[in-house]
Amino acid sequence: MRNLKDLFVLFCKIGLFTFGGGYAMLPLLKDELVNKRRILTEEELLDIYAIGQCTPGIIAVNTATFIGYRRAGNKGAIASTIGMILPSLLIITLIALVLKQYMYNSYVSYAFAGIRVGVIALIASVVIDLWQKNIRSYANGTIFVIALALLGIFNFSAVWVIIVAALCSLIIGEFFKK
Amino acid sequence: MIYLQLFFEFFKIGLFAIGGGLVTVPFLFDLSEAYDWFTVKELTDMIAIAESTPGPIGVNMATYAGFNAAGILGGIIATIGLVTPSVIVIIMICRLMNKYQCNRRVHTVLEGIRPAVMALIIFAGVELAKMALIDLSHGIVFAILFASIRFYKKSPVFYLGLSAIIGVVFKL
Repeated sequence: MRNLKDLFVLFCKIGLFTFGGGYAMLPLLKDELVNKRRILTEEELLDIYAIGQCTPGIIAVNTATFIGYRRAGNKGAIASTIGMILPSLLIITLIALVLKQYMYNSYVSYAFAGIRVGVIALIASVVIDLWQKNIRSYANGTIFVIALALLGIFNFSAVWVIIVAALCSLIIGEFFKK
Repeated sequence: MIYLQLFFEFFKIGLFAIGGGLVTVPFLFDLSEAYDWFTVKELTDMIAIAESTPGPIGVNMATYAGFNAAGILGGIIATIGLVTPSVIVIIMICRLMNKYQCNRRVHTVLEGIRPAVMALIIFAGVELAKMALIDLSHGIVFAILFASIRFYKKSPVFYLGLSAIIGVVFKL
């Protein structure tokens, strides 16, 4: 899948089936890149998410660019990004041109209510898979609890949570493990 | 030159919006005041449509806003403006990472960030769940879907299709 067309088609598919932002594409990415094609490990997928969170831009686009670059350099980055945004461009333009009234059709909204539930079930399942591999040591567990507290209690933004986690793990790595 | 203006305004949003797609909303709010491209009322419609169509929300918003301002070409140019900073910044980061990949400290940091990303994913999932699981019937559908995902391991696309059908059949 070093080839540009493969990257383009893969991200077109992901763009087409991502309902509701960067986190909703996680189950799709894991299925295609970790399970089926085996070109990323679960750990690498989380690293890419961390970087996508802390860098400017839309997480989904950052992730596509990142994976594209790793597979096929600059051209790969561009092919993946175009693949990712093409379904949006086509669908939104179509809706804006002719389909606006269908968005308020009740069957369409039932379908979307169903999809929203499905997206959560998929994310929950991925969380369980990732949990088993990534929260194994006490150090990791501690960082997880700190991160959750920062988000839930102190309303930290994602960027700061990741910066704090990076500092914590540097401190733990330097002073407690040798 | 409206196309140039669109490109630069959305380039700025792409550069300063750090985090999820809805982070673009306050920026678009400012745009609706600074230009006569779209009204605040149209902006709320855009958010509803961007959230319930496939694709990243931020990209959907840019396409819709650009289309409203200057037609099909406007949508394309606004979207390209939005993603250009991502492409440039991420390529730079990839090059840096290739250089420092073997550094022990970089390894330690990445390993410590992973549990924090897990927390972010769980937190985002709970926020989404609050919006989607509004009553018992939604909860039951969730439980059934979740069990079948764990049990049968079909592709996510299959389950998205299935959940859309369930939504229509049971009028969720």
